[in-house]
Amino acid sequence: MRNSLKLAFFFILVSSLFFSKVHAAGEQHDLLEVDWSFKSFFGKFDRASLQRGYQVYTEVCASCHSLKHLSYRNLAEKGGPEFTELEAKAIASNFEVTDGPNSDGEMFERPAKLSDKFVMPYANVQEAIAANGGAYPPDMSVLVKARKGGANYIYSVLMGYEEPPEGMELDDGVYYNKYMYGNKIKMSSPLDEDIVEYSDGTKATVDQMAKDVTTFLQWTAEPHLETRHKLGFRVIIYLSVLTILVYFSMKKIWSRIETEV
Amino acid sequence: MSDHEYIPKSKVGKWFNDRLPLLTLANHLTDYPTPKNLNYWWTFGGILTFCLITQIITGIVLGMHYVAHADLAFQSVEHIMRDVNYGWLIRYVHANGASMFFLAVYIHIFRSLYYGSYKSPREVIWIIGMLIYFLMMATAFMGYVLPWGQMSFWGATVITNLFSAIPLVGESITNWLWGGYSVDNPTLTRFFSLHYLFPFLILGLVVLHIWALHVPGNNNPIGIDIKKPSKDTVPFHPYIVIKDAFALLIFLLIFAFFVFFSPNILGHADNYIEANPLVTPAHIVPEWYLLPFYAILRSVPDKLLGVIAMFAAIFVLVILPWLDTSKVRSTVFRPIYKQFYWFLVADVLILGYVGAMPAEGIYLLIARVATAYYFAHFLLILPFLGFKEKTTPLPLSITEPVLGGSPDMAMARDNSNYKEKL
Repeated sequence: MRNSLKLAFFFILVSSLFFSKVHAAGEQHDLLEVDWSFKSFFGKFDRASLQRGYQVYTEVCASCHSLKHLSYRNLAEKGGPEFTELEAKAIASNFEVTDGPNSDGEMFERPAKLSDKFVMPYANVQEAIAANGGAYPPDMSVLVKARKGGANYIYSVLMGYEEPPEGMELDDGVYYNKYMYGNKIKMSSPLDEDIVEYSDGTKATVDQMAKDVTTFLQWTAEPHLETRHKLGFRVIIYLSVLTILVYFSMKKIWSRIETEV
Repeated sequence: MSDHEYIPKSKVGKWFNDRLPLLTLANHLTDYPTPKNLNYWWTFGGILTFCLITQIITGIVLGMHYVAHADLAFQSVEHIMRDVNYGWLIRYVHANGASMFFLAVYIHIFRSLYYGSYKSPREVIWIIGMLIYFLMMATAFMGYVLPWGQMSFWGATVITNLFSAIPLVGESITNWLWGGYSVDNPTLTRFFSLHYLFPFLILGLVVLHIWALHVPGNNNPIGIDIKKPSKDTVPFHPYIVIKDAFALLIFLLIFAFFVFFSPNILGHADNYIEANPLVTPAHIVPEWYLLPFYAILRSVPDKLLGVIAMFAAIFVLVILPWLDTSKVRSTVFRPIYKQFYWFLVADVLILGYVGAMPAEGIYLLIARVATAYYFAHFLLILPFLGFKEKTTPLPLSITEPVLGGSPDMAMARDNSNYKEKL
């Protein structure tokens, strides 16, 4: 009894270590919570939302934010937006990439193929910084994993544009965001109602677009999330059954000794 | 090793065994008389061996795909996560495996502290264990640098900078460690090389650790010397093997939960941002398993003294067998030490907690008190307690308390007390 109390105490302390939060400078607001379809043990992506999210990314975000770790083929892969191969090829062919050198020793432009990485909006980091008033628009491939709060954080920032509180002075090109670290952001609110026209007829509200693009970014950060959940479930079942079998074998073997296991 | 001579039954076996006694070793390992009252805290040795092997195997596979170069490392990790078949699984097992390894090693160490397993005649086992622990920390630290994220880079900068505190030669040593004038590509490549080497040193030390263990045999929850083999012992196989397997499976269930359902919860989000020498993260924190030492380091205002305190925190553990003057091993029979034991556990957890917090205000004060108490426990309380503490009577054998049949009333009372606690 006392041992289990101690154990409980121990685990509470340990878990409080794991989940302890370091408070950041500036005003901190609790993030908006969304009941994402990809959370929980059996979590999966909403396929339609991923496809819409890709549309928001290309039409809104892609002019500044790269997705350098992704290839066009990923768009047709299982567990992702699952565009058909033809669709993915068509998407890729909209972009121009530099290839070469050819047999004449010259570089040449050609339409992108499935095997190509996503084309970057800027040639290099310096150009990106120069074009964005001194702030580098981060690569979004693993952005969801690179921010505390993950998907909820990204969604919250997209929804968090407000008028600055009284007395807060903002420089030109700096915007107030309720959830951003330090409450100051150099990106103006990227989403406006009907800024994209969804082909599936979904109404493009700011909230809808924020959810869709966040879902898409969760996938770009964790392209194997669905496989992971599925495999994990099987592994847990397998281990549980094996544990029970081994438990009874152990009881049986130790029954030869008068000591209890 | 084993007292009796083992002779293989088959002719071939005998021929081979005369030339290399591997079968004698196998026989020794299966028959190895083990106290039959070992509880589940004793299963962590096997679990730790499993952890080491898992880290080595997953690490070798990761090493086939990883590129140790400042410009390519981050990208190659993403390549593993996206394009390598089950690369995400192998990397998540390796990353979470490090945490699980430390969780198990901390339980293993605190088990040893509770039951006095470090005392005579097991001092050498303990010291080898501390060497393993030290190498584990070095290996984990260097492994954390390899993905070349922001925490990798800045963690490496903070820790390697500690050596600059050494008077006169500090700066030269730091530059020598870096292979340049800051943490950069040469640092990354040497860390990769050493991160690959150290686990094999650990493996060698584990063999010595087990060898040294098999000379006196296992300690046990009541900490008394036992006759081997006797009715107090059971052969290692199948009794201990099956019990270790059961405990390992429970451990694996927890491990699998982390790997498949919260693979990033033990890491830091900033490490998914590529290393950038021009941008310092708001809070530089090491992995959770190094936090208590980080707290000790930061609790001392002077840099050099802080570094000394941090290394001293490990060194007091190495000389622990001589700091604890009590002849009684198990805490079960040491009522006062038992209180201090739990104070120490709480103290280390508090140190870990404040290690994750900014070193200012109340956190710094708590860290200082906890650091002082940590050293007081080992340097003042333990040596003093050994002389002063009145221990409760020890049973004569394991069988006696287990069966509860002692003619001595006082001892019978202790026995029931003992059972309740185990």
